[in-house]
Amino acid sequence: MRKSDLHGEFFIQGNIACAEAALAAGCRFFGGYPITPASEIAERMAYRLPQLDGVFVQFEDEIASMASILGASWAGAKSMTSSSGPGISLMLENIGLGIMMETPCVIVNVQRGSPSTGLPTSWGQSDMMQARWGSHGDFAVIALCPKSPQEYFDLTVKAFNLSEQYRLPVFVMSDAVVGHMTEKVYIPPVDELEIIERKYTSKKPQDYLPYECEFDAVPDFAKAGDGYRYHTTGLTHDERGYPVMTEECHVKLVNRLINKIKLHADDIIMIEEKDTEDAEVIVVSYGITSRIVFPAIKIMKKKGIKVGYLRLITVWPFPEERIRQLASKVNGFVVVELNMGQVCLEVERCAKNAVTKLVPHPGGGMPQVETITQAIQEVADAR
Amino acid sequence: MPDDKSQQTENLHHPMEEYLRMDRMPHIWCSSCGLGSILTAFMKGVKQADVDFNKVAVVSGIGCTGRVAGYVKLDSYHTTHGRAIPFATGLKLANRDLTVFVISGDGDLFAIGGNHLIHAARRNVDINVICVNNFIYGMTGGQNAPTTPLEAYSSTAPYGNYEQPFNLVGVAAAAGASYVARWSALHMRRLAESVEEMTKKKGFCFLEVISPCATVFARKNKGGTGLDLLKGYKDRSVINHNANPQEIPLDMNGEIVCGVFINKDRPTFWENVLSGTERKVKKTNLYYHDSKTKF
Ligand SMILES: Cc1ncc(C[n+]2csc(CCOP(=O)(O)OP(=O)(O)O)c2C)c(N)n1
Ligand SMILES: [Mg+2]
Repeated sequence: MRKSDLHGEFFIQGNIACAEAALAAGCRFFGGYPITPASEIAERMAYRLPQLDGVFVQFEDEIASMASILGASWAGAKSMTSSSGPGISLMLENIGLGIMMETPCVIVNVQRGSPSTGLPTSWGQSDMMQARWGSHGDFAVIALCPKSPQEYFDLTVKAFNLSEQYRLPVFVMSDAVVGHMTEKVYIPPVDELEIIERKYTSKKPQDYLPYECEFDAVPDFAKAGDGYRYHTTGLTHDERGYPVMTEECHVKLVNRLINKIKLHADDIIMIEEKDTEDAEVIVVSYGITSRIVFPAIKIMKKKGIKVGYLRLITVWPFPEERIRQLASKVNGFVVVELNMGQVCLEVERCAKNAVTKLVPHPGGGMPQVETITQAIQEVADAR
Repeated sequence: MPDDKSQQTENLHHPMEEYLRMDRMPHIWCSSCGLGSILTAFMKGVKQADVDFNKVAVVSGIGCTGRVAGYVKLDSYHTTHGRAIPFATGLKLANRDLTVFVISGDGDLFAIGGNHLIHAARRNVDINVICVNNFIYGMTGGQNAPTTPLEAYSSTAPYGNYEQPFNLVGVAAAAGASYVARWSALHMRRLAESVEEMTKKKGFCFLEVISPCATVFARKNKGGTGLDLLKGYKDRSVINHNANPQEIPLDMNGEIVCGVFINKDRPTFWENVLSGTERKVKKTNLYYHDSKTKF
């Protein structure tokens, strides 16, 4: 495989940084469909993949795009698609297939104002629960939220690593601001990046079972064309990949799909904290919103309130443990997000007796500093 | 010492056993369903093409036909309803050494997945699609399909079907397929030959196989047993390779024109990618268009 040789310091758009990260991570198949504010990723991939002997296909829709990246992954390629709300809605069924078949791939959602066609050219964070629960059924997902073009680059590389390691579709949840803003991005030489590859089986074909593994583990992979002649399906299946319609088999499979993420959450979760240890109030945010909470925190600190800052870099799996720990020490949390209360529900669930105050905004704008300071004051005054 | 009879059964092997998942037998298909013989003809055709079985993959959607992927001893993918073609497109383009077959039902490929079929044919992606047409949604219990003949009964057309059906070979041909054929499940030798040709041929190949469904299609339409259906299909079949695929739609009782209607060469998707990009890509830089502006 020809390596990406673009490295150095650049002043580039977030979406371009994302595409370059995918290439650096080894992505050589992109299937997508144009949509604002994500199209720059597809455009960049269309330009760059032929330089690296990769495959770019603009499909007839997002359903095909999602299905194609699963197929490409089973042929051994690292694959990616990108879209925004309406397109992600179309992908959901095949995202479930990717989870069920345990297919590594990356889905970038450059979030815009929603529901429906919403605000195509403006931002939002209202697909957070869609990423978590959008496809039907019970499963675990991984979703990462970049706050800047640089982090967009870093987290896209990370998303590929996690998808390869845990064998599932991983979401990069950016938004129209992070996608379209231009900032300094350092792209390291490919050899200096930490790149994780899926674990291929070392077994002989006659000894290989495609889904044989422990209750919380990830099975070893075999790609098409290598003589393993395995079967895989979206139906409930056993170690052989064969459909088995029993309660026992279903319970075992669904639990493993969840356990392989849930029981390894500590290794997956990334959070950034400032002044949380002795805080009375902790402001929780993620992605672009985490850049607008600082003025409010500063004002309230000056007023003498001990305000901490907690940024979710990984939103799914949710850092339950950490929120519980902090909840026992603080008055409460202020959750700032560009939706009417999604990740806030998770904070609330883990906060127990601590207060949780939401600062909602449906997107297309940002909450006012005063709204956030007011919320901080309210939480400080509570109890 | 086993008696004669049990020895006999022990010696009974399916001729395609080597290529089937025998540990999954018996299969779920009804007796007199056409899928068993179609599967046998398929494996025979691939064998005749003399390719490495390790490099052959089967992708299916959902339905009775969709279960084919589960019975072939090949790299095989049972995907979602209607999405086998884009899945197969990704598989093929990411490993162009593979021979990729999509085997699925008429509803899967022409209703929910219809858009993917015409676009894959338009692009001329190098995959082979076998559509098993039983004129009905078999798996879900006999609902109307986009192939159900006008006035035929189905569980969602209790007064008879009032929708015009698709002529599958006409659609595939119009969309640009390089190879278009139609056979019935009784044309075992012809079927295998078509599969062999498709395996060897570059570009998007399409094969429609008319298949009896006694359990839901015949029952709703007083078609008798599976055998009666088969006999009917046989009697109605005429082979005419020169037929225009646009002019041979199917109905309840008319002729079933079979043959290989299109077998032409057109640049494949990947050939076009290479010829379209190779020369131009060499002149590009890592940034956009000119290296001075760096993005
Ligand atoms: C998204 C979705 N919608 C509906 C179904 C239910 N379903 C399963 S098979 C099928 C139709 C199958 O008909 P066809 O493709 O003709 O295959 P056959 O069973 O006749 O071989 C339907 C509607 C499904 N599995 N997924
Ligand atoms: Mg059918």
